[in-house]
Amino acid sequence: MMKEKLIGFLQNKWSQVILFTLFVVITSLSLYLSQKSVVAFLLLLASLLILYYMKLKNLTKWIIGGGILFILLPMASSGGPAFQSYMEVATMVGIYVAMALGLNIVVGLAGLLDLGFVAFFAVGAYSYAIFATPQASNFMPFGSYPLGGESFWIFLIIGGICAAIAGVLIGIPVLRVKGDYLAIVTLGFGEIIRIVFNNLDRPVNFTNGAMGISSVTPPSIFGIQLVFPHHFYFVTLVILAFTIFAVLRFEHSKLGRSWKAVRENEIAAQAMGIPLVKTKLLAFALGATFSGMMGVVFAAKQAFIDPTSFTLLESFTILVMVVLGGMGSVPGVILGAALVTILNLQVLTELTNWVNQLTLNGIINVPDALSPAKMQKLIFGLLLVIFALYRPIGLIPAKNKKFDEKKLKTNRLAIDRENTVAIDKDNV
Amino acid sequence: MPILQLNNIETYYGAIQALKGISMEVGKGEIVTLIGSNGAGKSTTLKSISGLAKVKTGSILYKDKDITNRPPHETTLLGLAHVPEGRRIFAQLTVKENLQMGAYSVKGKDVIQERMETVFSYFPRLKERLSQKGGTMSGGEQQMLAIGRALMMQPEVLMLDEPSMGLAPIIVEQIFEIILQLNSMGITILLIEQNAYQALSIAHRGYVIQNGSIVLTGTGSELIENEQIKEAYLA
Ligand SMILES: Nc1ncnc2c1ncn2[C@@H]1O[C@H](COP(=O)(O)OP(=O)(O)O)[C@@H](O)[C@H]1O
Ligand SMILES: [Mg+2]
Repeated sequence: MMKEKLIGFLQNKWSQVILFTLFVVITSLSLYLSQKSVVAFLLLLASLLILYYMKLKNLTKWIIGGGILFILLPMASSGGPAFQSYMEVATMVGIYVAMALGLNIVVGLAGLLDLGFVAFFAVGAYSYAIFATPQASNFMPFGSYPLGGESFWIFLIIGGICAAIAGVLIGIPVLRVKGDYLAIVTLGFGEIIRIVFNNLDRPVNFTNGAMGISSVTPPSIFGIQLVFPHHFYFVTLVILAFTIFAVLRFEHSKLGRSWKAVRENEIAAQAMGIPLVKTKLLAFALGATFSGMMGVVFAAKQAFIDPTSFTLLESFTILVMVVLGGMGSVPGVILGAALVTILNLQVLTELTNWVNQLTLNGIINVPDALSPAKMQKLIFGLLLVIFALYRPIGLIPAKNKKFDEKKLKTNRLAIDRENTVAIDKDNV
Repeated sequence: MPILQLNNIETYYGAIQALKGISMEVGKGEIVTLIGSNGAGKSTTLKSISGLAKVKTGSILYKDKDITNRPPHETTLLGLAHVPEGRRIFAQLTVKENLQMGAYSVKGKDVIQERMETVFSYFPRLKERLSQKGGTMSGGEQQMLAIGRALMMQPEVLMLDEPSMGLAPIIVEQIFEIILQLNSMGITILLIEQNAYQALSIAHRGYVIQNGSIVLTGTGSELIENEQIKEAYLA
């Protein structure tokens, strides 16, 4: 009895709203009052997950979620010295979510296992870094470099386009192979791009090689230079909103269905008249676009990039986000990307600090090689194995569009009636 | 004048020659069946027509136009629909989405909706299952979906690769019934069957393919009566 009542209470829309509001208020307040509380920060982020499962209209959810991210989270965390580090983490979450959403188009929707996805992030990042530093004057015959911070906004588009072109260029040779072979070939191409950036300092210095490019001009808008993490937080949020909107539109478009059809069965897809190569290339190009845009943000935010930011491990990390969250599921991938990024940047760092403290105090002695921050690969590997074994569909699996049960029933009744009439006629 | 004509087609998979000079024709409005044992080259013939397999020599004419080695996204536009063997529906897509994929190159929601209604008139079962995932349907329903999906293209020629494979006799009966219905609506049918008797009994004409070559041809009833055929395929 008690249990049923409780469930009934939890399923009621208004009790949900009240509890949710309570939760958000409490976490925001505790974050505001106790600025060091990472837990409060994470719980406030987690409120978005709760929101996802609430019985509200989608539009309402988007508005509330937007309110939390655009207003509440920055305000609640702004009261203390940890503000910028919170904003930094939240920005990285945003960047990775957008990238994972891009990879989700390739892996989740089109079913093309791409292990070199970080290459497109690198292309975006370098496109801005080269032109927003004197680097470009090494090979550009005209114009003066670095370009001003206003160019950042144009480079968001240019970076996306460069990444899309890279996607097509890599896609053309790579998409000749399928399945496991595709994974290996993309892995190779991902590394090739990184190595190219690493060596493109001779004979003409494009990328400054392994030294990396530093002092990237910060973006500016209305004469204000964007240098603090909270600035980039808002920039990232806007791009992310655009990305989510675009990705959802794609998924439910004809192109999105074609991707799924190609994933499900290539031969049948072809027999339906779907041009295979074009459809796959579009997945590569569009997935790469979002990654490239975030690459531009990354370069601007870090003000320094070098090839070590774009290693194989990064590609794997993004893939883990997609698999963990649920291949082909936008909410799943968002959750997966957020969890993995937070695990990487918050949990593992905190754990490492804690272990270091203990080591310093002489309580335990953990060798440097075993520090949690160095166990990323192990942890991701374990996560992949566990999910592959026990929950291959991911945390929030992809689902088909809801259908109208009532309409279905009336249809069925109508059909039954037709059939009965037909039988009656036969009898007569 | 045949709507579809194959002249001495040779098709290879790498070094393996699957078709060794196939010549055949399909007249407008006909039901033509292609029979032969496993591995004879029946599916490869259909794939060569629709562009899923690459023809090395020979030519394929459709309405007197050379369509040899046109890719599938072009042959479908011309009115050739191929239902590949093994059903191959999109398992994770709903019935509705499967049908929408069939109308890939069709523009206009109204037209698509209209065609869907036409498909439902042949397969009312699909209408009830619109939101069900293709992969969760029974074998017979999946075959109906595969045919329905191809009908969304409103083809002039429908090429069916072993539509009866693995289905209960009563379902096979229904499918053949529908093939006849489609034909009476003016759709030309090119039908592959291992179940030769049933195929020949509804076909106007038939070709027997063996080892990549046509070895025999005739009207449906001629072939059914043929002693060799009786021995090899109707036993
Ligand atoms: N994808 C393929 N790769 C290589 N050989 C194939 C392929 N598909 C079919 N074959 C070969 O081509 C020949 C004809 O096959 P197929 O046309 O599928 O025969 P059928 O449909 O009459 O059973 C067979 O010898 C088969 O082994
Ligand atoms: Mg076959």
